[in-house]
Amino acid sequence: MQSDNFNFECEYWVRGSMSSTRTVRVRVNGVEYTKEVEPRLLLVDFIRDHLGLTGTHIGCDTSNCGACTVIMNGRSVKSCTKFAVEADGGEILTIEGLASDGNLHPIQKAFWENHALQCGYCTPGFIMQAYWFLKQNPAPTEEEIRAGLSGNLCRCTGYQNIIKAVKAASEELRAKAPTINGG
Amino acid sequence: MAASLCGSRVKRREDPRFITGTGNYVADVTLPGMVYVKFVRSPYAHALIKSVDTSAAREVKGVLGVYTGADLKSKLGPVPCAWLVPTEPPIKVPEYRAVAVDKVRYVGDPVAVVVAESQGAAEEAAERVSVVYEPLPVVVDQEEAVKDGAPRLYDGIDRNTSFVWRLKGGDVESAFRQAEVVVKQRLVNQRLQPTAMETRAAVAEYDSARSEATLWITSQNPHIHRLLVSAMTGIPEQKLRVIAPDVGGGFGSKIQVYGFEAVVTLLSKELRRPVKWVETRSENYLSTIHGRAHVDYVELAAKRDGTILGLRVKTYANLGAYLTTAAPGVPTILFGIMLSGAYRIPAIECEVHGVLTNTAPVDAYRGAGRPEATYIVERMVDMLAHELGMDPVDVRLKNFIPKDKFPYTVATGLLYDSGNYEETLKKAMSLVGYHSLREEQRRLREQGRLMGIGVSTYVEVCGLGPSKVVRSTGFGLGLWDSAVVRVHPSGKVSVYTGAHPHGQGEETSFAQIAADELGVPFEDVEVVHGDTAMTPFGMGTYGSRTLPVAGMAIVGACRKVVEKAKKIAAGLLEAREEDVVWEHGKFYVRGAPAKYKTIQEVALASYTAENLPPGVEPGLEVTHFYDPTGFVFPFGAHICVVEVDRETGEVKIQKYVAVDDCGNQINPMLVEGQVHGGITQGLAQALYEEAVYDSQGNLLTQSLNDYALPTALEAPTYTTDYTVTPSPVTPLGVKGVGETGTIAATPAVVNAVVDALAHLGIKHLDMPLKPEKIWKAIRRAESEQTTTS
Ligand code: FES
Ligand code: FES
Repeated sequence: MQSDNFNFECEYWVRGSMSSTRTVRVRVNGVEYTKEVEPRLLLVDFIRDHLGLTGTHIGCDTSNCGACTVIMNGRSVKSCTKFAVEADGGEILTIEGLASDGNLHPIQKAFWENHALQCGYCTPGFIMQAYWFLKQNPAPTEEEIRAGLSGNLCRCTGYQNIIKAVKAASEELRAKAPTINGG
Repeated sequence: MAASLCGSRVKRREDPRFITGTGNYVADVTLPGMVYVKFVRSPYAHALIKSVDTSAAREVKGVLGVYTGADLKSKLGPVPCAWLVPTEPPIKVPEYRAVAVDKVRYVGDPVAVVVAESQGAAEEAAERVSVVYEPLPVVVDQEEAVKDGAPRLYDGIDRNTSFVWRLKGGDVESAFRQAEVVVKQRLVNQRLQPTAMETRAAVAEYDSARSEATLWITSQNPHIHRLLVSAMTGIPEQKLRVIAPDVGGGFGSKIQVYGFEAVVTLLSKELRRPVKWVETRSENYLSTIHGRAHVDYVELAAKRDGTILGLRVKTYANLGAYLTTAAPGVPTILFGIMLSGAYRIPAIECEVHGVLTNTAPVDAYRGAGRPEATYIVERMVDMLAHELGMDPVDVRLKNFIPKDKFPYTVATGLLYDSGNYEETLKKAMSLVGYHSLREEQRRLREQGRLMGIGVSTYVEVCGLGPSKVVRSTGFGLGLWDSAVVRVHPSGKVSVYTGAHPHGQGEETSFAQIAADELGVPFEDVEVVHGDTAMTPFGMGTYGSRTLPVAGMAIVGACRKVVEKAKKIAAGLLEAREEDVVWEHGKFYVRGAPAKYKTIQEVALASYTAENLPPGVEPGLEVTHFYDPTGFVFPFGAHICVVEVDRETGEVKIQKYVAVDDCGNQINPMLVEGQVHGGITQGLAQALYEEAVYDSQGNLLTQSLNDYALPTALEAPTYTTDYTVTPSPVTPLGVKGVGETGTIAATPAVVNAVVDALAHLGIKHLDMPLKPEKIWKAIRRAESEQTTTS
């Protein structure tokens, strides 16, 4: 491939449309999907373009921003770093699946109550990362929260209210389920 | 009695959609039959385009068209620049094409556009467009670009200088003659990449049966986009609908009309298909505007007692390769007029060279000119204090414009509306414990530890602005704003604003204002923005103008609604209008408050319309245009405390206190959010961020790996507080607050770091203050101290 520009080449490689398709069977937010996809389709594009779940965002092309964070098989992943085929047979939770029966998840509620978002673009990624983080560490200190969210970028809030929200959510989650054991 | 909503921390009504992933950003817009665009961009910073061969690209399956700059030239007008500052000789505006013709002038300059059925096909085809370039000598540095023999970007623009702008107030020569001390410094205000988390994007759909286009775009000002895209494409304004749905941050970088919007609109018309373009982050860094990029030569004249006499500034502003929408106004008007800061400086002189270089265009980034001015003033005040052995706080207190002197005209000609600078500084000092910190600093120094305290007492001009004044600066339009307030028959209210909030929260704060003004429940008010088919022409959201201008348009509209409703109520109450009293959503006859008509009842009556007083039209709806009578000037005092690690040069922010005054606050929660975010961007400039080009014009900071945005680990915890000095200019006494943090924080942090190092003999370091730079400066200072001792 002739290319003057490394980035174009990279993007081409990951998003290119040359090979035959493969089947992906995956459960997303509790719904079973079976789709034919190109092997190099990124998970984030699969979620957004094939499933229409546009709450998962894209903020970079170097896996730095975390806007694309989802939960895959119980762990948080940056969905721009995975291929859709890697999700085959697995289970994914995106921001759209977090509220249950119309009730906001305590993390969502805490973001709202603590003004932890402005433009909202980074928000789904932060909430999903916080969701996973609080499962690992249900009673974190401020420093631990900052470290736990340091793979996500926000340009609007200066993080202070995000930290506050995650702290508040951790308290509410613990009050609700006093004996968390990994949930 | 209804409690006032204005002044309350009302939770944001925009949040439910964002926290559930149901926001609607441009990249989320999908239309049947949609096709995808990829721009082919120049890998050279300066080169002639010898030929563009699109044949191989056309063969890629799914490709619908490949267009070169030459193909588009006849179909698209040039990208206009909307702020032609008046200079002598007149500003030279180079031709700026959406897709380059004949010559490229920065790495990332588009040379062709591919449209295909899928994103993958568009990208593959873009790879196959083969362009033959003839590279030319490159110049990226503005001080190099003005030298004799420097590579020239444009025929007819000598020394790459688009303009030289001058401002002079007071007798500068005599100020410097009288000076007992003159402090001089070259200050670099480095180039920044705005980095809204959402990159730019556009979707266009052309309806050929109606000859109408709809354009979804990441815009801070949809009406401006419609006007200029209409001018470029020839699609009449009334046939072009621009929708800026949810926008993921702008910070100035989504004000501009770049050309891509016009390209997708045109291609949608040509191909009769909806066309989508979403920028990648690397493209965003290459070709979305950058900010700042100044080199300033500064001289400050003062007396030995710390009284400032005069300021002289000569600036080389890097404008990049083309003049984007507001570019010429940023390093001139928005910069020069703020060089008095919070101080009585009797004489100020400023000369700005606007220089074209082989780099991405530079335009408004959060603060836009005002952070650059504030950085100069606040650094120089600190340097003066250091020179005189005074506490930087005392120099400030000595030179502040006193609170009883407002409104006050500074030497640059601006009329400051209101202020109490001493109060904010004293409040910040007591919050941070200034005097005991100075004690602690002395103790730590004895132990060899490097602790610094940095103060920044800023003033910002915003609320842009009175149209008459703004027009005299060469701005393409006035800077008023507009609102439609429509009270429906049910008494519910829709408010349509010409502004475009994209994170600031005005769907909430504007509803607070309207609910208070009309005496209706908050839940009954809907705020609509971002769609030119629904909202009145307005100027958009930037420059901290949304509340003080567009918000005041809503106040005006509501008051006119009440005026009309009062006439109708008088009819219903069978009273004379002058006997009718308006109070919290109700009308009654003076002295008889028990018998009243609610605004909702009056609204219904306005639509049934059978009992309207003579001369009163049916309906209850008002369009109001608000042109401010003056600018507003928020201000404040920020104090930053740092410790510098002697061994590594690393800076750790220990404390950050911000006391801001933006007049009356509508929603203190939103104010706090703006302050937090603003400070974080400001300190990021001081410590981390810098756009770097190599000598060949390659952008070395082309990804988030290389462009160092602060994460939650770097951002400190802020202590925020306020004073309230209402503005006499705006009906609600409000000022703007969107940029204050960014303006204040940069010098506060740099002053703190330099303060930590001052006793080593370090007087100044240019930003960003990365560990390596500080470490080297410490080593150098230490070795100088050993050689001199
Ligand atoms: S999109 Fe930025 S990390 Fe995935
Ligand atoms: S809220 Fe805008 S990027 Fe985080």
